[in-house]
Amino acid sequence: MTDLSTSLKIEPTVFELSSPGRQGHSFPELDVPHAEIPKSLLRDDLPLPELAEVDVARHFTRLSQLNHGVDTGFYPLGSCTMKYNPKINEATSRLPGFANIHPLQPIETVQGAIGLMFELQEWLKEISGFAGITLQPAAGAHGELTGVLIMRAYHRARGDDRRVKMLIPDSAHGTNPASSAMSGLEIVEIPSDTRGNIDLAALRAECDETLAGIMITNPNTLGLFDENLRQVCDCVHEAGGLVYGDGANFNAIMGISRPADCGVDVLHFNLHKTFSTPHGGGGPGSGPVGVTDELAAFLPGPIAAIVEEGDDEEPPLYGLVTPEKSIGRIKAFHGHFGVMTRAYTYIMMLGGEGLRAASEHAVLNANYLQARLRDTYKIPYDRICMHEFVAEGHWEDAPDIHALDISKRLMDFGFHPPTNYFPLIVPEALMIEPTETESKETLDAFADALIQIAEEARTQPDLLQTAPHRTPVGRLDEVKAARELVLCCWLPEK
Amino acid sequence: MFLPHTDADREAMLRTIGVKKIKDLFEGLPGEHLFPELDLPPGVAEMEALAELQHIADANETTGELISFLGAGAYNHYSPAVVDSILRRGEFYTAYTPYQPEISQGTLQAIFEYQSMIVALTGMDVSNASHYDGATAVAEAVNMAYHNFRGKRTKVILSPGLHPHYRETVHTYTVDSNILLEGEETPLDSGPEALIPLIDDNTALVAVQYPDFFGRIHRFRELIEAAHQAGALVAVHVNPLALGLLEPPGDFGADIVTGEGQSLGIPLSFGGPYLGIFATRQQYVRKMAGRIVGETQDARCQRGFVLTLSTREQHIRREKATSNICTNQGLMALAAAIYMSLLGKNGLRQVAELNFHKAHYAAAQIATLDGFELVYDEPFFNEFTVRCPRPVAEINEELLSYDILGGYDLGQTRAGLENHMLIAVTEMVSREQIDIFVDALAEVAHD
Ligand SMILES: Cc1ncc(COP(=O)(O)O)c(C=O)c1O
Repeated sequence: MTDLSTSLKIEPTVFELSSPGRQGHSFPELDVPHAEIPKSLLRDDLPLPELAEVDVARHFTRLSQLNHGVDTGFYPLGSCTMKYNPKINEATSRLPGFANIHPLQPIETVQGAIGLMFELQEWLKEISGFAGITLQPAAGAHGELTGVLIMRAYHRARGDDRRVKMLIPDSAHGTNPASSAMSGLEIVEIPSDTRGNIDLAALRAECDETLAGIMITNPNTLGLFDENLRQVCDCVHEAGGLVYGDGANFNAIMGISRPADCGVDVLHFNLHKTFSTPHGGGGPGSGPVGVTDELAAFLPGPIAAIVEEGDDEEPPLYGLVTPEKSIGRIKAFHGHFGVMTRAYTYIMMLGGEGLRAASEHAVLNANYLQARLRDTYKIPYDRICMHEFVAEGHWEDAPDIHALDISKRLMDFGFHPPTNYFPLIVPEALMIEPTETESKETLDAFADALIQIAEEARTQPDLLQTAPHRTPVGRLDEVKAARELVLCCWLPEK
Repeated sequence: MFLPHTDADREAMLRTIGVKKIKDLFEGLPGEHLFPELDLPPGVAEMEALAELQHIADANETTGELISFLGAGAYNHYSPAVVDSILRRGEFYTAYTPYQPEISQGTLQAIFEYQSMIVALTGMDVSNASHYDGATAVAEAVNMAYHNFRGKRTKVILSPGLHPHYRETVHTYTVDSNILLEGEETPLDSGPEALIPLIDDNTALVAVQYPDFFGRIHRFRELIEAAHQAGALVAVHVNPLALGLLEPPGDFGADIVTGEGQSLGIPLSFGGPYLGIFATRQQYVRKMAGRIVGETQDARCQRGFVLTLSTREQHIRREKATSNICTNQGLMALAAAIYMSLLGKNGLRQVAELNFHKAHYAAAQIATLDGFELVYDEPFFNEFTVRCPRPVAEINEELLSYDILGGYDLGQTRAGLENHMLIAVTEMVSREQIDIFVDALAEVAHD
């Protein structure tokens, strides 16, 4: 257990550390003649800070020490798959042959890069069962927008303009309705049944000729594999709709179940979750989208392809192509290549067997934790879970304690808290996703802490309500932040 | 691989769960195709993976081996060693979105400082924590402007000087809306004033680029005045490095500043991950998409930072959110923050000047060559457009044999730009290398 509070002081900002006249990096002398810069174009002043290199190195190192990451401790943040990020990913993605190539170079000079993208597309197809993949989307939500735009383009291409309704289960992540709304769809929420599945009767009632489709997450955000998945897909398909799969939870099903085999038409992957590219403190991610054969022509370009077949002597020529009915570009260039190289490294190392073992152990770890906590925390949908489960952070005999208090107290034990207050259908949700890379010892220590906290909730509730105690800062006032809105360091008046 | 479980662990865990084997955990799964054999290459050890990836990487020709004059929205710049050495700190790169501020002050303060430096650089009031890239930042500006007028103004004017990928992205984002996109076909050489006649009381946004895709530095005061008179907003897309020298858009009236932050210490990496910059005026802060970090206090009365104004965001507002963005470009914003802190006030001006002078030296030399001609008279920063005597693709192919990566072939983007090359010159090329390039151009001018 690390006690960060005594070892570290609040760090000044770069502006507070600034001293006029310092410069942390210098460039070579100008080796060409001075050109005239029209004075009228120039800025008067550039109010950036001035620091020496050592100041900058220390400042950001000290800031890093105020963070909890997977590298510093257990991070069971539900829905986010905070697995260990192999260090080799960092080495391979920084190879000069990957880091120092320009996206618009002639394709003959970047055959390695395009070939890697092509192979990653093939691997993701194999893992998911889809016929086409785009690697362009930048994150999960961006993949959702891409997928929903593809669904709309498909309906439009068939002259079917009435399909304006997207069904979204009440357990869905907020990005699902937001992505649908961004592409102009009307959202209808579908309730979950008592076993945590999509309520089939409610679904059937909405399946009509205005249906664009449904966005499902499977396993869903309760960590449960939807037992009605086939019926859900059939029902939507019969009404002429398409099934979007939110692949945020793919870590439960690699080598176990393929979304395309289950009736899903479009799905996004999160390479930053399932395929161990790091989360970066909030990105960059990567959200490739897979689609069935029928939808492949609508994928955004560019997509890596073989543009000239190879033979025994010559390798194939890889190029970047745009599908014929493409929805168009979804961002500049070809996607987060630096994230793709990491995912590629990971899949290459694990192979098919290793991927399945990863999912199996993710599910093992989640069920073990669920079993250890079942007697202490209410599990509202209590059955064998997949890679995560949702507990309630609340007890009738400790009425003033909320999920947030439990989470803050967990920090005192050196753990990152679970996801709080999501999914919305579980009151006081604690969404726990241990991932496969954690040992039994870590899981036991975490379960022990949660059990002790449950005890403290009854005996010393204020210990929870005033937590955390051992972190660099105490509980932060979010209301003050939103009311006073200080969003920037003090800068000199213009 | 990467599993810490021993056989004894597995056994004990299964016993606690109350099942016999791992497969039993999947008993209840519906479907006929469970446990498919995945046809993937068998797994390999780390040293084998590294060797294979090295082999793949070696099949690429890098900007270290070639003298590069290719830009067009992604630039070959020097990233000081400090930047990557900090990015490799596990505390930063293995964390996620700082939902739990008490153990995320490092990320939160770094973003707060990033926001502050973007505000300083652009002359705007507030910045968010990042978008995916320059293209999606522009698309989000279009969305923000449309929603600012509650959908009652439906026209968005896109300058033909906006990067073609950005314009294409805006088209993709808006295809299912009633937003009308205009302006892209206005003549290239008539400047931003050519957009003024398009502005009316149905106009939500005018989006321009500074310097524009063709390298030109335009003055936007007149355009912005006209837009504001009609009640419309103006978004100015920037190359932040150019703002080391140039007047910031906040000073000439921009309502939104978007940018591609790749030039702030982020490697080319074949197109991503890069950094979408987004800044605006205080009055629009609640309309802005994306994460925002704000200052506050903790229970011990110490300064601290949190994500704030989250009632704009998808996890609270769902379909009514300002955007669907969730994961953004946290680590890239950190890279930019480190880069700007290191260079500071004087360093950023210095590198901007190096770019400016080298580009102007190269342009002057090329202009003396037979058959080559600078196309535009406007001032430029580190990139300019040249009319060539032959198709650019042919020239570039020959330049490769001199180990030179030629400029961007503008003929791909617009009719009438056949034989036009967009040439970028950064601090990474020396005078000698520029001379080599100019000599090579002279030699390959004719087939
Ligand atoms: C279930 C679910 N869907 C979608 C997303 C959005 O993915 P991203 O953050 O990569 O945009 C998340 C991410 O946190 C998620 O948990």
